[in-house]
Amino acid sequence: MNLNNATISELHQLLISKAISAKELTKHFLDRIAEHDNQINSFITVTPDIALEQAKAADRALASGKHTMLTGIPLAHKDIFCIDGIRTTAGSKILADFIAPYTSTCIDKLNNAGSITLGKTNMDEFAMGSSNESSFFGPVSNPWDNTKVPGGSSGGSAASLAASLCVASTGTDTGGSIRQPASMCGLTGLKPTYGRISRWGMIAFASSLDQAGSFTRTAEDAAILLEYMAGHDNKDSTSLNLSVPRYTAALSKPLAGVKIGLCSDYFKEGLDSEVENLVLEGIRELGRMGAEISEIELPHTKFSLSSYYVIAPAECSANLSRYDGVRYGYRCDNPVNLEDLYKRSRSEGFGTEVKKRIMVGTFALSAGYYDAYYRKAQQIRRLIKNDFISAFKQVDVIVGPTAPGTAFPLGAKTNDAVSMYLQDIYTIAASLAGVPAMSIPVGLSKGLPVGLQLIGNYLEEAKLLQVAHQFQQQTDWHKQQPQSFM
Amino acid sequence: MNIPDGWQIDIGLEIHAQLNTQSKIFSGASTLFGSDPNIQASAVDLALPGVLPVVNEAVYAKAIRFGLGVSAEIARISAFDRKNYFYPDLPKGYQITQMDLPIVTGGHIDIFLEDGTVKRIRITRAHLEEDAGKSLHEDFDSFTGIDLNRAGTPLLEIVSEPDIKSAYEAVAYARKIHQLVTYLDICDGNMSQGSLRFDANISVRREDSATLGIRAEIKNLNSFRFLERAIVYETDRQISLLEANKSVPQETRLYDPGKDETRPMRSKETATDYRYFPEPDLLPVVVTDEKINAIKAEMPELPAERCQRFIDEFKLTVADSNLLASDRNLADYFEIAAENSKNALLSANWVKSELLGHLNRDSLSIKDSPVSAIQLGELVSLIGADTISGKIAKDVFSALWAGEATSATTYIEQHGLQQLTDQSALEPLILEILNANPKQRQQLLSGKHKLMGFFVGQVMKQTQGKANPQQVNTIIKRLLQESP
Repeated sequence: MNLNNATISELHQLLISKAISAKELTKHFLDRIAEHDNQINSFITVTPDIALEQAKAADRALASGKHTMLTGIPLAHKDIFCIDGIRTTAGSKILADFIAPYTSTCIDKLNNAGSITLGKTNMDEFAMGSSNESSFFGPVSNPWDNTKVPGGSSGGSAASLAASLCVASTGTDTGGSIRQPASMCGLTGLKPTYGRISRWGMIAFASSLDQAGSFTRTAEDAAILLEYMAGHDNKDSTSLNLSVPRYTAALSKPLAGVKIGLCSDYFKEGLDSEVENLVLEGIRELGRMGAEISEIELPHTKFSLSSYYVIAPAECSANLSRYDGVRYGYRCDNPVNLEDLYKRSRSEGFGTEVKKRIMVGTFALSAGYYDAYYRKAQQIRRLIKNDFISAFKQVDVIVGPTAPGTAFPLGAKTNDAVSMYLQDIYTIAASLAGVPAMSIPVGLSKGLPVGLQLIGNYLEEAKLLQVAHQFQQQTDWHKQQPQSFM
Repeated sequence: MNIPDGWQIDIGLEIHAQLNTQSKIFSGASTLFGSDPNIQASAVDLALPGVLPVVNEAVYAKAIRFGLGVSAEIARISAFDRKNYFYPDLPKGYQITQMDLPIVTGGHIDIFLEDGTVKRIRITRAHLEEDAGKSLHEDFDSFTGIDLNRAGTPLLEIVSEPDIKSAYEAVAYARKIHQLVTYLDICDGNMSQGSLRFDANISVRREDSATLGIRAEIKNLNSFRFLERAIVYETDRQISLLEANKSVPQETRLYDPGKDETRPMRSKETATDYRYFPEPDLLPVVVTDEKINAIKAEMPELPAERCQRFIDEFKLTVADSNLLASDRNLADYFEIAAENSKNALLSANWVKSELLGHLNRDSLSIKDSPVSAIQLGELVSLIGADTISGKIAKDVFSALWAGEATSATTYIEQHGLQQLTDQSALEPLILEILNANPKQRQQLLSGKHKLMGFFVGQVMKQTQGKANPQQVNTIIKRLLQESP
């Protein structure tokens, strides 16, 4: 079997049948990272010692029969998740030397299940960006075409999996940061319901929107990972105190009778025509498989970008105040006084995009502007939520494009913020509402992957995963890989 | 304090009461006072990347108890907000507080004015928030030390309406709040450790003006005396400015006890726009009627109720009852002493005279009394049982106070201080003294009653105070009757 396109469930079979050891599997991917990552820059930190130590433990667990589906599976984690003793940077100069003294709940659960940590992946600084170009550690290239961006902010996690440098990876999605790079890298990307996975130890960008999730080769792998990552956490008040379903159990149900909604707002100007055709063909395929397709209305979705770009910067402006050069992180040289310490540590430590958003958020919360911006944005958010609540009375899943186009050239949008922000036009509404959504490969346009977005009702990840899995039984877009990394 | 003619003073107080929970409001770290710097600062208190606050449920019950204690509205839904400003002792760069939906709104406290009349001070609101750490500007050679042990200590900020019209009223109100929060067991009331701190919003206006003047906020007053002095200084300052046709700038000021004056805070320490917005890391707090009723059922006795009970149950005078019930610790002390002595009236006398006298003399608080309530109760019971005289009892009390004894009974036995109540032992001694002083005896017989004191005194002297004067009196009368 080719280890480079194997799924979690396939590798699990190899591991428990002793066809391969966790150590061999781990070494295979560590070797690939050493050999190939210089072409795409998808890792900020590689952790071979920890990975091999974990592989040893995984092999013991496999030998004794005390294993899980994840025992011995090599994963890559977005560098936004704190891991005890490992540098955690959030892609920023201000945390370039920060070593976390604790492990995030989400990664802790994956570790406890016996998975292997290969390293920490590159990302837009503090998850702010849609191209992975705002990272202090340099941009990530798309394995499908290394002159193109991988999408962002979880660009490193997406690129590392597309380049077969890991078996699956973790990411976070605030406005599309899992789904958009999954679309651009030809992967299955899942953003669960807000609160489904604990945020403890996950460096905050916009607290009311941030949600951990995964990049995988298949919907089945996404279901496996979610079973381990999800669940209530006493350390996160916003994590949902609900039991975690067996997501893998619902995958094999056929699509007959599943109601799929189509929103015409997702097919308006700005959408690349080839992307549109591939997405519509994917939807027709779902119809042929037995799904009932109907039109639905999401009347306030057109305001989601404006609402998001007030709420997310507002929250980030407060969340990032802690990086002040006082207790940890980057501190400027020779501050002359407290104000100088603050100003220069933050000016020198943060990149342009982060500073821009801090300023936008600070402005939006200022006395005299709060009602016009922040309060209004929250009102729109409530309307968008209500849109989804009514739509899901009619349909089970809403489908559409994930991103307006395929991967664009590196540098193409770095000086055009609005064009960059428009990358998330289809993903942001689900983030504002807090509903689960995913992106699955639906074809190639000029050799670059295109993603189909599936949006589900609150806590109905199982339904999303079922639709995605069934689609992947009939199509092989998710099996496509970039030539140079096969 | 005299308010100059033609002027009126308006004061609103913001009182920060540290809630006496074991752990902090948003982290599991201890709230203990006085540890080495930063050893009680957890990852959450340090605001490390990726950490999240989780509310310590114990703070709700304490805040609700306060609300019930001042007859306020308890919000069925309250929520936390972020108050943004940069300061090194505020690790997150924002304070988690309650701006829009405080847990307690309305309510009032009644104070006594100098002339004995009752005045009602309205409470605007009381909300939960976290304390900041401490900046230590000394001892670090041009650097500032940061101690985050206090960061995250739960605070209840109690905001009054500007109903307070003088320094006297402000202190009376502050003392009432102190009395209440200690009675409710929600704050230890330890002023020297900063458990209760005052911010005073002070403005003055011409008596005929209908609108409030421009206020100055005097921050962080940590004693009743400083509160009083700051108000006196500040109102004088503002009146002087206005009388000189100058305006009072709206500003935040600090009181310097060394110079007994207020002065403006450096502008860096104050922000003009805190950019409040709802705290997205915490869900709104929902309080059910059941919860409020459960807290109501467990409300401790309040000062007024306790005072009335002392009058009803122990037959204390109104004045004594008021005094003893004024402070929860004093009232607790008295009740324990009364229970142990089985003599409430005598216990009350001993607490208010001997005990309070000694505490004042040595500048000690009731909690630090070297004589425990149980010890005093035992001593009082011995007086009540005529085992010792009141005079001897004072000596025993002093011995207990000085730590020379741990139990009155043992001390009395060891030093042979028991009262001589054995009549057969007293009679020969009294007879001897009567016979040794025939002249005085004759005068007493002829009706000079004040000579009774002479004889009793002689007996007391001979017995080193151990005789019971009442009993001696009776025996003398009988002996004189039997053989005139």
